Amino acid sequence: MSALDPREELAQRLGLLHLPPLRFDSPRDVRERLAQHDYLSDDSIASVTFLADRLAKPILVEGPAGTGKTALAKAVADSIGARLIRLQCYEGLDESKALYEWNYRKQLLRIQAGRPEGSAEEWSHLEEDIFAEEFLLTRPLLEAITATDPVVLLIDEVDRVELETEALLLEILSEYQVSIPELGTVKAQQIPMVFLTSNNTRELSEALKRRCLYLYVGYPDVERERDIILSRVPGISTALAEQIAQVVRSLRMLDLKKAPSVSETLDWARTLVVLGREEIGEADATATLHILLKYQSDIERATKELLGRSKPVA
Amino acid sequence: MLNLLGDFIGELRAAGIPVSMSEHVDSARAMEAIDLSDRSLVKNSLAATLVKDGDHMPVFNTAFEVFFANRSLASVEEMLNAEDEDSDEMTREGAAGASGPGQSRGEGGGASSSMSAQELADLLFRALRDGNREALRQAANEAVTRYAGMEPGRPVGGTYYLYRTLRNLELDKLEERLSQVSLAPGESEDVLVQRLARDEARARVEMLKAEIEREIRERLVDDRGAQALAKSVRKPLPEDLDVMHANRDEMAQLERALRPLSRKLAVRLARRRRRRHRGPIDLRHTVRRSLSTGGVPIDLRFKPPRPAKPEIIVIADISGSVASFARFTLHLVHAISSQFSKVRSFVFVDGLDEVSRLFEGVDDPSEAVARINAEADVIAFDGHSDYGRAFLTFHERFADQITKRSTILILGDARNNYHQAHAEVIADLKYRARAVYWLNPEPTSYWDSGDSIVSQYAPYCDKVIECRTLRQLEAFVGELA
Ligand SMILES: Nc1ncnc2c1ncn2[C@@H]1O[C@H](COP(=O)(O)OP(=O)(O)OP(=O)(O)O)[C@@H](O)[C@H]1O
Ligand SMILES: [Mg+2]
Repeated sequence: MSALDPREELAQRLGLLHLPPLRFDSPRDVRERLAQHDYLSDDSIASVTFLADRLAKPILVEGPAGTGKTALAKAVADSIGARLIRLQCYEGLDESKALYEWNYRKQLLRIQAGRPEGSAEEWSHLEEDIFAEEFLLTRPLLEAITATDPVVLLIDEVDRVELETEALLLEILSEYQVSIPELGTVKAQQIPMVFLTSNNTRELSEALKRRCLYLYVGYPDVERERDIILSRVPGISTALAEQIAQVVRSLRMLDLKKAPSVSETLDWARTLVVLGREEIGEADATATLHILLKYQSDIERATKELLGRSKPVA
Repeated sequence: MLNLLGDFIGELRAAGIPVSMSEHVDSARAMEAIDLSDRSLVKNSLAATLVKDGDHMPVFNTAFEVFFANRSLASVEEMLNAEDEDSDEMTREGAAGASGPGQSRGEGGGASSSMSAQELADLLFRALRDGNREALRQAANEAVTRYAGMEPGRPVGGTYYLYRTLRNLELDKLEERLSQVSLAPGESEDVLVQRLARDEARARVEMLKAEIEREIRERLVDDRGAQALAKSVRKPLPEDLDVMHANRDEMAQLERALRPLSRKLAVRLARRRRRRHRGPIDLRHTVRRSLSTGGVPIDLRFKPPRPAKPEIIVIADISGSVASFARFTLHLVHAISSQFSKVRSFVFVDGLDEVSRLFEGVDDPSEAVARINAEADVIAFDGHSDYGRAFLTFHERFADQITKRSTILILGDARNNYHQAHAEVIADLKYRARAVYWLNPEPTSYWDSGDSIVSQYAPYCDKVIECRTLRQLEAFVGELA
């Protein structure tokens, strides 16, 4: 059965000298070590992270804004003692920003310093010289696969790039090598853990999805959100954290234009701590709702539904 | 029958989730790499390798619960390798052999007779109050034995048994009781605190429902086998739900799916347009421009890429049964309104009103759509759809504004309540417009039955299209731009 081990197979294909060590023992191990770095996961986050390590596959993390997609990659890097390399995507991102670029300025300086007299030989020397690694600016993708220290690669908000750039990412994620015309092929030194995040603004290509494990990160349930608050907001009481998590759950059940995210929950919690509250009443909630909700119409709706006159229970 | 994993993937595909060959292989590899006795790990690993869309998760979950109901998988072989036996047989045996807590089920019936209805209610209450999973499981088991009246071999779906069980449990009372306990005497005045207590109670009752559903499902799997059951509990993906016949729950799913769907469509179309933003070189214009640079054509001029953007005129029936279809369509069309030179929207029942103004300057079309009901003036007589009258009104007031750049989109089931059709109006509009399309949310087989008069209008439309799901709607609207 070991012949089927996907990690071994990949390592062989890439000609790696040794298999990367397994980073996690079990989903539980994932959970505990992430928690040590203040990231509270759940069964599915822990399972998929564990599986990605075993299969040496990238994870595509999707879900609403502010639910801890980016934070997951950071916490994984911290918990395995790896350096996080981040490629922030945006519309118009291209090879020269994602992969590598020649350092023209430095090349020019070198040419001026060298000043060849004009013989063909001298020129070709110089050319060899200025297209050496020394003049190469490595960008996140190239850096991640050529690094010799442990790294985690985060390709953040991949739904923002154009289809062409997506194809480039896909190529790197399946070949783990880069061919640079002036230099030759650069091979991977390791198979890093890779996270891609998406806010789902665009349909990603089937090919990219096939290549990745998929992890949907939704809003946490009350217990997990309470624990997130407790770990991220110093000085807060368990009772208050629990109440905050409950209010946020109730808000998310309303039909709002934009439901509060975990980051907004945390902002709210910090505010209440600064105000010295031990519990939330109607009045505090009314005064601070704008921290959780960004649209006026949402605030109005929440005020009416959650804080309005109470209807007798059926 | 090949194997459990293969059958399971077959079920996912039957439910509409696209699973490729390579994803099938990945899932098998995942099963080899993990501890199969960890059920949650098995579930999450299958989800991560087979499902690549968050909206498809509920369908995956249902299928998983059926196929892997109360099974603990002993080995990879069991999951991946061929069985000679009929797979239904296999599943049944597996279920009986593997189930731990399920074992007591046989005796469950007998044991429950010793428990009175009141005792069961108390057990339920305590289990929910304390959040005790094990007790909740036991209580759900009791409740199903007692109230569901399940009969072996009876081909009814799980919802029938669920309904019978829940009806007997008086969940409203239970919820009320639960929400009272968490309120300390002094607190109960605060509106917010009360609301939180109520939402918490509701969440716990939902837990109970899920537990009862699971119990019924497991028994049904025992009775009928996974494959047969999966087929009868299969639910469509949100994008394949029938808009006309969605129940409340499904309608909520549709509403949720609509916003991301239209946003993605808008992004896709905008990118398509940008990529094609250059047409062929416009020679005359380029030469004209080159005069200012001494005849050197520095500034190349291009022809517009494609025919100018069309103007869209939507005329939508918003009476009862087709109202949601109209709302979804209006939302979608306005979400991509930048792809059109102009979008004008008209709604009717037996009177007609223009609602374009509601969409002006709002970012989120759902806001405007939500205001239509309150603000549009669409009832002229008795409030039953009258297509003929609505078309006449439209023609009278707006026909002269229809040009060869206008594409007209009529939305409705053409159920005219036996009023006059006035199809000649559509004939005249077709003559004036670039195209007339009719989107009908009813299945084709219903057209022209009863008071539906589709075929009286059809000859004057460029196309009459059956449009019952978001998937069909998106495909059509995407083509318009
Ligand atoms: N599970 C969690 N444990 C601890 N903190 C969390 C968790 N989830 C979210 N957070 C907190 O919420 C903040 C927002 O999370 P993050 O930026 O990772 O969200 P995101 O999903 O990447 O959002 P976006 O889609 O907007 O990029 C983080 O700074 C982190 O502090
Ligand atoms: Mg992020």
